[in-house]
Amino acid sequence: METTKKHFFIDISVMLGRSMRHISRSMDTIITVTIMPIAMMLLFVYVLGGAIQTGTNNYVNYLLPGILLMAIASGISYTAFRLFTDVQRGIFERFNTMPISRSALLWGHVLTSLVSNAISVVVILLVALIMGFRSSAGILPWLAVAGILALFTLALTWVAAIAGLSAKTVDGASAFSYPLIFLPFISSAFVPTASMPTVVRVFAENQPVTSIVESIRALLSGQPLHNDIWIALAWCLGIVVVAYFFAMRAHQRRV
Amino acid sequence: MQTAQAMPIQVRGLHKSYKQLQVLKGVDLEVEKGSIFALLGSNGAGKTTLVKILTTLLKPDGGTAAINGFDVASSPDHVRQAISLTGQFAAVDEILTGRENLIMIAKLRYLKNPRQVAEEMLQRFGLSDAADRRVSTYSGGMRRRLDIALSIVGKPQILFLDEPTTGLDPEARIEVWKVVKQLADTGMTVLLTTQYLEEAEQLADRIAILHEGRIIANGTLSELKKRFPTSKVEYIEKQPTLEEIFLAIIGKKEAE
Repeated sequence: METTKKHFFIDISVMLGRSMRHISRSMDTIITVTIMPIAMMLLFVYVLGGAIQTGTNNYVNYLLPGILLMAIASGISYTAFRLFTDVQRGIFERFNTMPISRSALLWGHVLTSLVSNAISVVVILLVALIMGFRSSAGILPWLAVAGILALFTLALTWVAAIAGLSAKTVDGASAFSYPLIFLPFISSAFVPTASMPTVVRVFAENQPVTSIVESIRALLSGQPLHNDIWIALAWCLGIVVVAYFFAMRAHQRRV
Repeated sequence: MQTAQAMPIQVRGLHKSYKQLQVLKGVDLEVEKGSIFALLGSNGAGKTTLVKILTTLLKPDGGTAAINGFDVASSPDHVRQAISLTGQFAAVDEILTGRENLIMIAKLRYLKNPRQVAEEMLQRFGLSDAADRRVSTYSGGMRRRLDIALSIVGKPQILFLDEPTTGLDPEARIEVWKVVKQLADTGMTVLLTTQYLEEAEQLADRIAILHEGRIIANGTLSELKKRFPTSKVEYIEKQPTLEEIFLAIIGKKEAE
């Protein structure tokens, strides 16, 4: 049992090293992931922002959390793509006939997703700083923000794993993330939900993005947290658990 | 169950269906240590299904399959220690270089000197010049050689080759044949599947013909030839095949 455990970490580190090489050799994926959210940020701040009433005087601050979630939602589609390619090329078969930990391959992809999305988030933060984003938050709130974003990435990555493992075509593997990218639009990410018609507002206020956006916004501006943080955490953890279960099942079936 | 003389591969009454479709209908076969065994059959005969069961990727519905005496369904971990699979499509990482692919597998086999093992393999399989190029730039034959090299890192006792030359041009096919023959000389047990009679003839010590889910013939090449004697002798002018012409031209060019 001891050696199996030791092997598990060797396996994961080899897998992580492998897919980190993939990322460093295709830096364009980071650019593709960040360019759309950055364009949205520019559009909303410099074109539409003047007409949007949010009750704050710094719209970049208001907008940033939603933009970050959007970037993560589009970033995870590459995880689905990489998993799909591994299945297609027979790499899964090779690894699964070797005496190595079965879940290590999946975990390698998941860790890679965390790292690559963290890079995208930092890139977007830098652009936001140039555009006038400011935060008075100290180290702890920033760590909390990082934690929420990591958890959100983890949740969506496991969803991406289901898509990557069960898709029939490469388009199918990556297309599932499009609706996720648009979730921030029907939330409090761009405009306060109070301005929306009832049906839309009910949806907006009860979908995960709103509570996550509100939590991050409160943390970065030093406001009190309310219940949003617990709702946000519950959503993320819930999605992690359910998606992990189905991803593992899809993995078993795919072998 | 497990004895010192356990056969490397032992299959008895193996059944497997996908929903309504019966793919394997009671397959029996044994492969002796250090031999090359060819499983000959057309598309859809069940070759890949059989290989997947033997390599722990699929569970059989009935019958038993054992590797070195270990049942594939109940002790897959023991089986995986002994085997290696080269699947139908070259399972190589295209974004990594050939060397990186080999080092990765050596690490996953927990070998002491992954770099040294990689270097030896590159030399042995004639890939030294291409070692630090990305695999996406490799030719079909080079990919297949790398693929087989990856499979024998860590010296597995039994190697499964599922249609190793399908989709390769004649030259690359001969390259792969050379590699497989060398493997047998090292004492490795090899089970390969193929659609080509010629490939089985070239490589195998024993040949089994899998047809519609059953083994319909099993023996050495001469045994099989005896069982299907040609009843009359005809004189025909033998036309060279396109493949022979191609190889003759290539060979000439190289000689010049």
